[in-house]
Amino acid sequence: MDQITQLESLGIHIFREAYANFRNLCMLWSIGKDSTVLLWLARKAFYGHVPFPLVHIDTSYKIPEMIEYRDRLTREWKLPMVYGQNRTALDAKQTYPDGNVDRIACCRLLKAEALKNTLNGSWPRFRFNHDADEYQVDRDTEAYTGVIVGVRSDEEGSRSKERYFSPRDTENAWDVGDQPPEFWNQFKTDFAPGTHVRIHPLLDWTETNIWEYIEREKIPTVSLYYDQGEGKRYRSLGCGPCTLPVESDAKNARDIIVELQSGKFSNIAERSGRAQDKEDGGGLETLRREGYM
Amino acid sequence: MAEYRNPLEHMNVVITGHVDHGKSTVIGRLMADTGSLPDGKLEQVKASCARNSKPFEYAFLLDALKDEQSQGITIDSARVFFKTPKRHYIIIDAPGHIEFLKNMVTGAARAEAAFLCIDADEGVQENSRRHGYLLSMLGIKQMCVLVNKMDLVNYDRKVYNSVVRKYTRFLKSIDMHGVEFIPVSGMEGDNIAALSDRMPWWTGHTVLTLIDTFRKEEAPDALPFRMPVQDVYKFTAMGDSRRIVAGTVSTGTLKDGDEVVFYPSGKKSRVASIEQFSGDPPDTVTSGRATGFTLSEQIYTKRGDLVARAGDPPPQTGNVMRVNLFWLGREPFVKDREYILKTGTERVRMQLFDTLKVIDASNLNSDGMKKMVERHDVADCVLSTKRSIAFDLVEDFPQTSRFVIVDGFEIAGGGIIREVIRDNQAAYRDRVMDRNLKWDTGIIPRESRTESYGHSPGLVLVGGPEDRRKAAFAKEIEKALFQEGHKVYYLGVQNVVAGLDADMTVKRHQVYPEDREEMIRRLAELANILLDAGIILVATVSELNFDEQETFRMSVAPQMVRTVWVGRTEGSDVDADYTIENIEDAPEHLDVVVKILKKKGIAV
Repeated sequence: MDQITQLESLGIHIFREAYANFRNLCMLWSIGKDSTVLLWLARKAFYGHVPFPLVHIDTSYKIPEMIEYRDRLTREWKLPMVYGQNRTALDAKQTYPDGNVDRIACCRLLKAEALKNTLNGSWPRFRFNHDADEYQVDRDTEAYTGVIVGVRSDEEGSRSKERYFSPRDTENAWDVGDQPPEFWNQFKTDFAPGTHVRIHPLLDWTETNIWEYIEREKIPTVSLYYDQGEGKRYRSLGCGPCTLPVESDAKNARDIIVELQSGKFSNIAERSGRAQDKEDGGGLETLRREGYM
Repeated sequence: MAEYRNPLEHMNVVITGHVDHGKSTVIGRLMADTGSLPDGKLEQVKASCARNSKPFEYAFLLDALKDEQSQGITIDSARVFFKTPKRHYIIIDAPGHIEFLKNMVTGAARAEAAFLCIDADEGVQENSRRHGYLLSMLGIKQMCVLVNKMDLVNYDRKVYNSVVRKYTRFLKSIDMHGVEFIPVSGMEGDNIAALSDRMPWWTGHTVLTLIDTFRKEEAPDALPFRMPVQDVYKFTAMGDSRRIVAGTVSTGTLKDGDEVVFYPSGKKSRVASIEQFSGDPPDTVTSGRATGFTLSEQIYTKRGDLVARAGDPPPQTGNVMRVNLFWLGREPFVKDREYILKTGTERVRMQLFDTLKVIDASNLNSDGMKKMVERHDVADCVLSTKRSIAFDLVEDFPQTSRFVIVDGFEIAGGGIIREVIRDNQAAYRDRVMDRNLKWDTGIIPRESRTESYGHSPGLVLVGGPEDRRKAAFAKEIEKALFQEGHKVYYLGVQNVVAGLDADMTVKRHQVYPEDREEMIRRLAELANILLDAGIILVATVSELNFDEQETFRMSVAPQMVRTVWVGRTEGSDVDADYTIENIEDAPEHLDVVVKILKKKGIAV
């Protein structure tokens, strides 16, 4: 079995374990390449169905193509799509683009806070109603206790210490020093009330693996990842004001794989176009301990 | 634009050993001497050491690479990427400190081969042995011992030989063979990337040449087929009527049309088609694949079952087993406490039945008298599960012999099953399996009956002390369900005793104790026939006990049996779904009992 198929099989296995063990399960879909691969794996694991909600945290500053792409796939694939937002901060203009807070504080408010309160159900969730063809306030306000996330261990330092099933306490905090043992594909699926778990089916994938898989499976991805003729493309996607494209003429997944292999980016971190990382001392560990993905 | 290259082979290799025996130094040196570090990393770390006026160490390189910000000891397994012309390696640096043994296990379990560092000067220490033992239990067959810090013993061949002798003796005692040894110095770079002039007596491998001699483990495709059932999917609400048995193949190969048997029940069916979401579905799947298939004949199967191919050696089934295990839990593993055993996708309540030998893994001294397994101990013991499960023995197929034990909310131990111990239910279990294998079904599948009758079949056992009011209550249950349109039938024990059991010695409508076991077996077989016909059977059994309840569960399938206990409960070991202590009140409980039957899937 080739490496990609191996990674795919373990990913599907993890999805099925999560589905069998957690009642209030959801999956975060950031619209980026990793979580789109994750969505594809979910559809493979459940034969075309996604039997739990997909949650997107909409900062309202996402590059517009991302939202268009999200809603297009939601309709085409009949996805159970839910989004959450920090309305209070947006209404009070407590954001970096408004010039009122710095980048890190903006991430904390629009992402970490919004995520926490969307997951635990204390802020409204907006679910796509396929019959009405619009987002409506979701009546389900129960907390999600299992959250499937597309992090990869090669992204940056702190992520290499994650488990496939990684517990978080009631405050979303992550105790890096004391994590459960994980072997023989047996995962921690028993949890005390009030705690929840992050599930990481893509933990062992590299950036190259992601593109190899997108190419092999012909997974539709947002156009921002490809050069549209201007010699620029996004390597990592985020909010418009804090995400910069890289110089590249890669026009499809194959070009990107060759570009990654050529060593062009070998000494440049994948998230180097993400301005907030630099302000957090590079490691993202502060934000991640507080629940950032 | 550059050409696309086919990816190299990948391999995970773990490096373990006692704390301070130099794992990180060896890896740091290996990376530096093979030019595997990112540009400028070596200079950067050296400059940082100079600034802080501390001597440069190769171990710092590793810390810089893996972003480990602890006090110089590895807390969690961290990964470092390394490449030879032959392969991409992920070197997993496992912590050597005893406190982090569970992280060492997590790291090592992902590896196909292992290095184990032993300090030539300090010699074999407790974690040298403990890690060796755990590697063997985790199923890692390829291992190389690095006798490190040879510079501290003047590169003395005698010191090296004595470590090799001592550790080989230990490895033999745990049945680990074919282990390689290399004398090295991580600090000085001897025999790491190149053979050392300082040890002219050594002409064997260096770490760099040895790593490429580790073999990729062959996929166990040729072994008998095993797949733990992860789930049975039927997304009817989403417009999909397929019923797909999903799981990841542990060993072997499965093809469309293969006859398959589900254990522990022994029920058989045939693979109609292997299913896949996108692309052409394959007609064959092999070990390691996450897959799913539909059955040509619908049978009851659920998460936890183990699928095998008819004709292949069958897995073991049982509820008492002899195992080897290691314990990681803070609280010791003791008798008289309930735990959860997880093997494959099976999950069952269990207890420690007996400890045969508790071994302090650090020195392999065994304590035959010790009756509990403490943190970091390794033990040979007997476990008993609440019901029968299916598994393999480690000497047959290690993949399906592995289990973990959950204590409270935590995975607290892991181990391998060595032997199945015949319990008093074993003979009947074999008989049921044989009956299921030979079962001849009509053209109408069970599911069609369920659809036509509007409910699933089930067995309602009404147990309790000898009392006529018990039967009266059972008849009320029958009536209530019948009025709601269920196909239901009341069966009093005396109907069976006078007819089916006419060959037995009967006294006052009861069979003699020596015949009771056979009477229960016949009743269970009769129940199985009636349930197969799609009926809900309500049967009374006076003085029902746990073993008898197990016989019924085994005969028809555990989830199809519900037990209502009527009367005093002292001395009863029955696992009841509902208890009515005061028999006079029974009629008042009728509604609740019917509600429970509905909630638990019997009746609608």
